[in-house]
Amino acid sequence: MEITVPPFDIKSIAPIILVTITGIVVLITDVFLKKLPKETLGYFSFLAVLITGVIISSQLGTTVYSFSNTFVVDDFSIFFNFIFLISTAIVILMSVTYLRQEGINYGEYYTLILFATVGMMLMAGGADLITIFLGLEIMSISLYVLAGFRRDRLDSNEASLKYFLLGAFSTCFLLYGIALLYGATGTTNINEIGTFITNNHAYSNPMIIMGTCLLIIGFGFKTASVPFHKWAPDVYQGAPTSVTAFMSAGPKAAAFAVFLRVFLVSLPGLETKWSVILWVMSVLTMTVGNVVAITQTNIKRMLAYSSIAHAGYVLMAIVTASSLGTASILFYLLVYVFMNLGAFAVIMVLGKKGKENLQIDDYSGLGYKHPVLAITMSIFMFSLAGIPPFAGFMGKFYIFSSAIKSGYIVLAIIGVINSVISVYYYLRVTVVMYMKQPVREFAPLSLSPFIILALIITIWGTIHLGIFPSRIIEFAQESVLLP
Amino acid sequence: MSFPILTVATFLPLAGAIWILFIDKKKEEKIKQIALVTSIGAFIMSLPLYFNFNLTTHEFQFVENIPWIKEFGISYHVGIDGISLFLFLLTSFLTCIAILASWTIKERIKEYMISMLVLATGMLGVFISLDLFLFYVFWELMLIPMYLLIGVWGGPRRIYATIKFFIYTMAGSVLMLLAILAIHTLNYKETGEHTFDLLKMYDLDIPMGTQFWLFLAFFFAFAIKVPMFPFHTWLPDAHVEAPTAGSVILAGVLLKMGTYGFIRFSLPLFPYASHQFVPFIAWLALIGIIYGALVAMVQEDLKKLIAYSSVSHLGFVMLGIFVFNIQGLEGSILQMVNHGLSTGALFLLVGMIYERRHTRMIADFGGLAKQIPIFAVFFMIVTLSSIGLPGLNGFVGEFLVLLGTFKSNVLNATFATTGVVLSACYMLWMFQRVMFNKLSNKKNQNMADINSREWAIILPIVILIFWIGIYPKPIISRLDSSVNHLLTRVDEKYKTTLNKVTKDKEKLALKEDNVWK
Repeated sequence: MEITVPPFDIKSIAPIILVTITGIVVLITDVFLKKLPKETLGYFSFLAVLITGVIISSQLGTTVYSFSNTFVVDDFSIFFNFIFLISTAIVILMSVTYLRQEGINYGEYYTLILFATVGMMLMAGGADLITIFLGLEIMSISLYVLAGFRRDRLDSNEASLKYFLLGAFSTCFLLYGIALLYGATGTTNINEIGTFITNNHAYSNPMIIMGTCLLIIGFGFKTASVPFHKWAPDVYQGAPTSVTAFMSAGPKAAAFAVFLRVFLVSLPGLETKWSVILWVMSVLTMTVGNVVAITQTNIKRMLAYSSIAHAGYVLMAIVTASSLGTASILFYLLVYVFMNLGAFAVIMVLGKKGKENLQIDDYSGLGYKHPVLAITMSIFMFSLAGIPPFAGFMGKFYIFSSAIKSGYIVLAIIGVINSVISVYYYLRVTVVMYMKQPVREFAPLSLSPFIILALIITIWGTIHLGIFPSRIIEFAQESVLLP
Repeated sequence: MSFPILTVATFLPLAGAIWILFIDKKKEEKIKQIALVTSIGAFIMSLPLYFNFNLTTHEFQFVENIPWIKEFGISYHVGIDGISLFLFLLTSFLTCIAILASWTIKERIKEYMISMLVLATGMLGVFISLDLFLFYVFWELMLIPMYLLIGVWGGPRRIYATIKFFIYTMAGSVLMLLAILAIHTLNYKETGEHTFDLLKMYDLDIPMGTQFWLFLAFFFAFAIKVPMFPFHTWLPDAHVEAPTAGSVILAGVLLKMGTYGFIRFSLPLFPYASHQFVPFIAWLALIGIIYGALVAMVQEDLKKLIAYSSVSHLGFVMLGIFVFNIQGLEGSILQMVNHGLSTGALFLLVGMIYERRHTRMIADFGGLAKQIPIFAVFFMIVTLSSIGLPGLNGFVGEFLVLLGTFKSNVLNATFATTGVVLSACYMLWMFQRVMFNKLSNKKNQNMADINSREWAIILPIVILIFWIGIYPKPIISRLDSSVNHLLTRVDEKYKTTLNKVTKDKEKLALKEDNVWK
C-alpha cells in the first residue's frame, strides 16, 4: 500500500502555526528566563495575537481547502477567527494584573490561553469531523487546566475536576456520534457526509439520526445548553475570573462555529428532524438560564446563567437554518464577546487580593464611589439585557428578525419574553450600584493601563456595534456558509 | 439640504448631557445652568416648527431621511405632521419646566441632569421617528433615564416602583418589536424591499387575520404606556415614588406616547383590526374613566390622586381616538396636550408644597389659601383646567371628545360624561380639603408663598392653559389636514379589507350553494 502525503499548504494554517509557536516560545522562555517578569510574556502573547489577526485579514475572500479537504479557510472561519482573537487579546489584557494580584502569575497561563485559541481556530476551520474533534480536544484540555489554575483554592480544583470529568464524558458522546456517522456514510468529511446523505436520500437512516443526536449532546455540552448545562455555573464560579471570562466568550463561539458548520453543511437534509430538537433545547436553555439567574447572588454565577440564556438565543438562530440566521449568530457572538468580557473586566477591577467581592451586594453604592466604573458596568448590563442603543440590542434584534423571517413566531415570542425576564437580574446590578447605600468601604481599584485598555475596547465595541453596526453586519452576511 | 432643525432640536439635550459629563460634579450651579440652557435651546429650536408649519398639507414636514443600517433597510427618517407637532412642542416645553423644577434637588445633580437630558432626547425622538426601528430605539432609550430618575431620586419605595415600571414597559414593548419585525417581513414578501420606513408600511395591505395579532402586539405596548385599565397598576407606584420633575415628565409626556402610538401606528397600519377592536377598547376606556375617577376620590395622597385622575383622563383620550371621526381624534390630540399641561402643573404644585412640608397627605393640610394665597390661585386655575371648566384648556379637548363619541355611540358618550362629573367631585373636594377650612395644623402656619423661580415654572403653563382654552384655533387648524388625511386613509383601507372579507364570504356562500344544488 502506498501512502500519499497530502500537499502541505502552509499558508492556510499560518495563523494557527504562529499562535502555536508563540505558545511554545512563551513556555520555553518562562523556563529559561526565570527573572523575566511574567507580564512581558503577556505582552508578547498579546502582540502575537495582533499579528495573527493581521495575517488572517489577508486571507479574506478566499475559500481554500487543504490537507486532503480536512481544513478549510473561508470567510466563515475567518469571521470566527476574528472573534477568537479579539476575545483572546482582551482576556490577555485583563489577565496581566489579575494574575499577579491573585498570586498565580505563571507563564504557562499564556501558553494555555494560546493553545486553547489554537484549538478554537482549528474547530472553526475544521472541514472534517476528525479535525474538529482534534480542535475541540486541544481547546478543552487547555481549559480544564486553566479552570484549576488557582491550585491552592478548593473551588478552583473542584471546577477543574468537574469540568474535566463531565467534559470527557460528553466527548465520548461526540466521538460516538462521529463514529456512527462514519459508519453510515463511510466518511468523516463533512462535505462528503452532506453529499452522501443527499445522494442516497438517507434522511431516515437510524444510524445517521442517532449520530446526529449524539453530536447534539456533545455540542450542547460545549455550548452549555440545557439540559447539558449543569457544569457551567460551578465551573464559572470556581475558575479564576479571567478564565471564566475567557470560557464564556471564545470557546463558546467555537462550539457554535462547529455546531453551525456540521449541521448546516453535512446534515442539511435532516434539518426538519434536528431543528425540532434544537427548538426545544433553545426554549429550555433560554428559560432555565434566565429564570435561575434571577435567584443568584454571586455575580459570576449570575453571569454563568446569563451566558446559558444567551446560548439559547443563539440556538434560536440555528433552528432557522437560514443564511440570515447564520449571519445573526456571527454578529451576536461578536457582540457578546465585547459586552460579556467587559462585564468580567469590571468585576476584576473591583476585586483585590484575598477578597474578590463577587456578591452582587458588594456593588452597593458603587455609582457614587466610582461613577465611571459604574456607568461602564451599567452599559454592559443594559447591553446584555438587550436595550438600545447598545450592541446587545442589535444582536438580539438580528436574531429575532431571522426567527420571524423564517416563520418561527412562537420561538421568537418565547425569546422576547425571556429577554424581559433577563432585564430583571441585569437591572438588579444597576439597582444596587445606584439605588443602595454603600455597605462597606471600597478598596482602591485594581486598575492598570492594560485593563483600562480592555475596558475601552469592550465599551467601544458595545456602543459602536449598537449604533453603527452596518459594516460588521455586511461582513457577517458575506461570511455565511449557505448561499 | 435645508437646516436639520428636528435633529438639532432632538439631540441638543443629548449634547448637553455629554457636556455635563465632563464637568466636575462639585460645580452644581454650572451643571444646572447648562441643563437649563440646553433644554431651553431645544425648546427655542422647536418653535420654528410651529411658526413655519404648512397648514395646507398633510405630508410630513421638516423631513430628514438618511440611510442608517442599509443591510436591514433601516434609515434615520424623521419628520412631523400636525399630530406630532404639538406633542413635540409639549415635550420640549415641559423638559425646560421640569429642569427648572429640579433646582432644589440636592443629591447627585450631575447624574440627575444627565438622565433628564437623555430622557428629553428619547422622548423627542419618539415623536419624530418615521422609521419603525428608529421609533423602537427611541422608545426604549427613554426607559433607562426614567428608570434611574425614579430609582435614584425617588421616595421610600422607589426600587419596587422603578423595577415595576421598567418590566411593565419592557414587556409591552418587546412584543411590539416582534410585531415590527413581522410587518417588515410582510412588506418584504410583498414588495421585495427591505425597509422599516413607516410611510411605506402605510401602503401595505396586511391580511385580516395577521392584522388582528399585530394589532394586539402593538396594543399591549401602547396600552401599558397609556396606561389603560387593567394595565395601569404601575402608574400610581411610579408617580408616588418619582421626584416631582419625574412625575411631570411621566404624566406630561410618557403617557402620551401610548396614545400617540395608537394614532401613528395602530390606526393606519391595522385599520381593519382597529375597527374590530372598537367595542373592546371603548369599554376599557370607559372603565378607565370611571374607575380612575372613583379610585381618585378616595385617595389620601395628593400624588396618588392625580395619578388616578390621569388614568381617568387618558380614558377620554383613548375614547376619542377610537371613534374614527375628526372631532374625536382632534379632541384626543388636544386632550393629550391639555393633560400634559394641567397634570404637569398639578404635580409641580404638589411638589412645591411637598418641599415646604415634606408630606403629601391631604389630611395634613387645610386652610392653605389663607397662608399662601398666590399659590392657591394658581392651584385653583390648574384644578379647574383639569376638571374642564369652559374658558380653560381642558374644556375644549373634553368637549370635542364627547362630541365625537356622541356622534358614533350615544351610550358610550353618556357613560363618559359621568367621568366629567366625577372629576369635578374629586378635584374640588381635594381642593376644598387642602386649601379651605381652618388653618388648623400648626406646621402649615409658616409656609412661604411661591418664590420667583416657582413663578417662572408655573406662569408659562397657566398662560398656555388660558390660551388654549380661549383661542384653540391655531392648534386645531394645524391638526386639521393631518387628522383628515389619517381618517380618510384609515377609512379607505378599512373598506378595502371589508370588501375583501365580504367577497370571500360571498364566494364561500356561493360554493356552499353549489354544493347544495
